[in-house]
Amino acid sequence: MTVAIAITELRKTYANGFEALKGISLEVEQGDFFALLGPNGAGKSTTIGVISTLVNKTGGSVEVFGRNVDTHIFETKLDFGVVPQEVNFSQFERVKDIVLTQAGYYGLPRALANKRCEKYLRKLGLWEKRNDQSRSLSGGMKRRLMIARALIHEPRLLILDEPTAGVDIELRRSMWEFLTEINESGTTIILTTHYLEEAEQLCRNIAIIDKGRIVENTSMKQLLSELDSQVYIIDTSNDLTGKFEQIAGTEYELTGVTYQPVDEHCIEVTITAGVQLNSVFKIMEALDVKVLAMRNKSNRLEQLFISKLSQNQ
Amino acid sequence: MSKTAMFSNHKYIAFETIVIKEVRRFSRIWLQTLVPPVITIGLYFVIFGNLVGRRIGNMGGYDYMDFIVPGLIMMSVIQNSYSNVVSSFFSHKFQRSIEELLVSPVPNYIILLGFIVGGMARGLAVGGIVTAVAILFGGLTIESPLITLSVILLTSTVFSMAGFINAIFANSFDDISIIPTFVLTPLIYLGGVFYSIQLLPPFWQTVSGLNPIFYMVNTFRYGILGSSDVDVYWAFIILSVLIAVLFTACIWLLRNGRGLRS
Repeated sequence: MTVAIAITELRKTYANGFEALKGISLEVEQGDFFALLGPNGAGKSTTIGVISTLVNKTGGSVEVFGRNVDTHIFETKLDFGVVPQEVNFSQFERVKDIVLTQAGYYGLPRALANKRCEKYLRKLGLWEKRNDQSRSLSGGMKRRLMIARALIHEPRLLILDEPTAGVDIELRRSMWEFLTEINESGTTIILTTHYLEEAEQLCRNIAIIDKGRIVENTSMKQLLSELDSQVYIIDTSNDLTGKFEQIAGTEYELTGVTYQPVDEHCIEVTITAGVQLNSVFKIMEALDVKVLAMRNKSNRLEQLFISKLSQNQ
Repeated sequence: MSKTAMFSNHKYIAFETIVIKEVRRFSRIWLQTLVPPVITIGLYFVIFGNLVGRRIGNMGGYDYMDFIVPGLIMMSVIQNSYSNVVSSFFSHKFQRSIEELLVSPVPNYIILLGFIVGGMARGLAVGGIVTAVAILFGGLTIESPLITLSVILLTSTVFSMAGFINAIFANSFDDISIIPTFVLTPLIYLGGVFYSIQLLPPFWQTVSGLNPIFYMVNTFRYGILGSSDVDVYWAFIILSVLIAVLFTACIWLLRNGRGLRS
């Protein structure tokens, strides 16, 4: 499998002495949808800054599709596109001009640039706004414009730094669909996000960075398998008062399952890894409890994320 | 297409893109960029050229209006080349849209050339309009088109690069007006735009010789009127040295990411 990006012993110390990266190493395979998670100030944006050459590294190396960013700067830059965390286009230019100008920086001939501009602005729902000044766009539209701009040269690797920050749920989900689509078409994606649900939903592999060090680097599946229990909130149509308090020692008791009432129609169920959800439903049925809805109490990845960070303290 | 050919074409497209973007920028805000200098210079023509000029009579062997026209054209070219690059590049920094360029595979010298040509385009556009106004006020004959054109191109190149360096070091909008106000304007006014150096005492003649703008103005005047206070060859040597030094400095600053990369 080709490696899309290989980061080796990357270090960055800023002029004020702050050591943002303390020798991180990371590999992302071609075609992957990779999450880089970490709390504020962990080093995510610095890592992306070094890859995209906006931040001068102190040490280490970055290779994009086997080519060193330092020695093959122009070829490697053709291979990736970056969607930054903050809006970084001219607020006084038209939407279309921003995308076409970027196409020009990448050497796309005008006819091809126009074609791709239309393609990506349509895909991202911005075609109707193409002649509007960019400052008139909403926050979500500005983020989509930055994605269209980053894709104009059709890079093999797309790096997104918190692309859905401050974006409403509906728009976030439509962006997820779009990113999944371009990943399925072969584009490698590296994503940093604060929404752990987003990482869990989209990414196959994950690295957690904290205080300039990688504290976890594994597959999402592997990481989630480390969870030893999950907590579900179950809404029912029955009055549950006293129902689950009395099952201890009866035939309805299940090893590895505990119940905690939330209110008279709702209960919190903690299920240890290995216990089947079916068995919980069987108990519910036997107690004549009608389940209306069920959801995770908290995001599964969030539990692991917090646990990994606390281990790094 | 070979990779070399692709890259060579890519550089041209990137250069063209920067230039078009720059020209589009100052054309879009033409009321701020093209009109004010023409009004200012027009007022100079009316007040110094016609009203005051009639009382002054001859300067350096020419009618005063004819004497100041080359200086005023050169002044507009210098100010506009400089201010186009300094304001545009600093705006890119301020809005962080410079990151679009820095992340893309555009070599530093193409970025620099794009901004230089953008600055020259505005300088020459304003210079062209001012020349048209000068013709309206009394006609203009160019003695040496080659010298006139070459000195104006080289001068706008120099001041575009100077504006670029100012923008790199600037951290606020105040920083982009300090040099034009406190350095550029005095140098222009003391550069022989309104008077001949022959009017000055010997000491101040020597001091004027340290002002590079004095050589540019006088060489441009030589191109138009055919007479000058300086040897035009010196002017071309000074311009060439300035271009070489400023170009090297700009590339060095871009490579080191001063004010652009953290």
